[in-house]
Amino acid sequence: MNENNILEIKNLSVIYKTDLETVNAVNGIDISIKKKSTFGLVGETGAGKTTTARSIIRLLPAVGHVTGGSIEFEGQDLLTLPAEDMREYRGDKIAMVFQDPMTSLNPVMSVGDQIAETVKIHNPHLSKDEIDKRVEDTLSMVGILPSRKVEYPHQFSGGMKQRVIIAIALACEPGLLIADEPTTALDVTIQAQVLMMIKDLRDRLGTSMLMITHDLGIVAKICDDVGVMYAGEIVESGTVEDIFEGKNHHPYTEGLFGSIPNLKSKAKRLNAIPGLMPDPTNLPKGCVFAERCKYATDICREQHPGVVASGTHTLRCHLFDENGNRKEKKNEQ
Amino acid sequence: MSSNMENDTPLLQLKDLKKYFKLNGGAMLHAVDGINLDIYEGETIGVVGESGCGKSTLGRTILRLIEPSSGEIIYRGKDITKMSQGKFRPYRQEMQIIFQDPYASIDPRKSVIEVIAEYMLIHKTYKHQADIYNRAAELMDMVGLARRYANMYPHELDGGRRQRIGIARALSLNPKFIVCDEPVSALDVSIQAQILNLLMDLGDDLNLTYLFITHDLSVVKHISDRIMVMYLGQAVEIATSDELFENPLHPYTQALLAAIPEPDLSKRDIPFKTIKGEVSSPINVKPGCRFCKRCDFAKPGCDGTDKPLIEVSPGHFVACDLHNKPM
Repeated sequence: MNENNILEIKNLSVIYKTDLETVNAVNGIDISIKKKSTFGLVGETGAGKTTTARSIIRLLPAVGHVTGGSIEFEGQDLLTLPAEDMREYRGDKIAMVFQDPMTSLNPVMSVGDQIAETVKIHNPHLSKDEIDKRVEDTLSMVGILPSRKVEYPHQFSGGMKQRVIIAIALACEPGLLIADEPTTALDVTIQAQVLMMIKDLRDRLGTSMLMITHDLGIVAKICDDVGVMYAGEIVESGTVEDIFEGKNHHPYTEGLFGSIPNLKSKAKRLNAIPGLMPDPTNLPKGCVFAERCKYATDICREQHPGVVASGTHTLRCHLFDENGNRKEKKNEQ
Repeated sequence: MSSNMENDTPLLQLKDLKKYFKLNGGAMLHAVDGINLDIYEGETIGVVGESGCGKSTLGRTILRLIEPSSGEIIYRGKDITKMSQGKFRPYRQEMQIIFQDPYASIDPRKSVIEVIAEYMLIHKTYKHQADIYNRAAELMDMVGLARRYANMYPHELDGGRRQRIGIARALSLNPKFIVCDEPVSALDVSIQAQILNLLMDLGDDLNLTYLFITHDLSVVKHISDRIMVMYLGQAVEIATSDELFENPLHPYTQALLAAIPEPDLSKRDIPFKTIKGEVSSPINVKPGCRFCKRCDFAKPGCDGTDKPLIEVSPGHFVACDLHNKPM
């Protein structure tokens, strides 16, 4: 494992298996998260972003199984850890913030107790006063008056609840914070407050982050590296500069950018991507995006593309040669 | 989607429209608190605001799905506010709504074609049922739903296709005016773009007038001719789409625009200009600017009396003491 990385995911595959069908949710992805940096995982519903995150902290639902690959965190493969040992990582070294602040808090427990719970489990030697102090510090860190620790979740607004959840996640100062769409359920002005807070705390505490989002604006604002996920694969990855400023892109990334209504352009029609994501129970044998791709040729439908890289930038697309340069341009419009 | 606004009378006029909900204990929740708006034929009015600002209640009150507390709704010069349900029925056909959640707004036990035909069966649009189903099939073509889905049930379709069913159903009675209540917010961005394009094409082809309710500023900019920004039940600013984004005047509009994360690396290091605090309660609201507690420019006099919308330049209205000099 590379010394500069806190987390390395190699060739991870995850399936959801029921009696009726097998869903190929994640299919051989590689992700490296550098220490003190933020990796943005972008993609649409069903792309496999949350499955990836849940695999890292091993909270997949019962029907989910990792079928291959490794997830190394600070040199330790998390997938081979006994369940008992995994508990020491979960919440302490790796914490997760879930999307929906309305359902991730316990409604019959005061928020102070909920923060104290995590601290207590991972620091059994602390006295009651020390734990109290930690709870108050954590609350003020996320901009909530420490005196509100006795209140219950229903007394907080959505944005405040999400702050409490972030406070719980950061209470043990984890090395890696996984944030799964942390602001999707919030209004835009509250989203801005919470994002700025996450950014400040991350920089202050030196936390590495895996940020899952569908919003490219958030990626541009707080991520250092980006992976674009589609149908369980990372189809393009690189630094934010590679993705936002580079000229070679996976057609899906191009489509994602084209679909966002631009605040500046006066164009009246959006460049929608036609069609839908392929059925994950029955993935095509060629490129997963071929069916919706305007550049697709026979090879795209027949042969699954490998990864090509140029520097930090990787692409999984037949349009590019082994050095990551665009091959021929005859199909362009 | 443009219109010659100056010449014709508005399709729809809202005059001091209010909807208060009475709560237990007699407190009043001011959901819509005095909206004045003229909507012209063929234009798309965007209504933006955050959750709880009353934008959905406004959409439903206009269609009288919720009865207004006071004020007037005037459709083609006729006051429809107090009309009896029987008399109002023909107007209902001309005024339709597309709901936010394509999963919850469609009867799961009806097939696609039955959902689309339902309104026409109720209103007996055609004498023969066969004609109604033929028309429903035509509507499927119009919204880009392949006819092979006709006998499927909603749960078999994805969110984008389900929203197309909702659109086809809304179009089935040949409406003039459609309230779109967050029609794309439950959809992924690539599907969202497909639906927005469809709505814009239909608007042009059928000369529809839309009231487009959304919390997403980039969507509203894209689709609207004019935009109304709402805060706690009131309109704080109304302007054409380009004018509002180039020259936002109300501090709340400015804060909203500054809070959008843009997919542009050059803005990366500019921190968001965040506004402090959260939306205050809409219950028993006191007169005065609703935003003044969060406003950086608030001064004595901002509270106390409601701020009227003042036309500061042609077509640009703002309700704020900073801009209270009419043009």
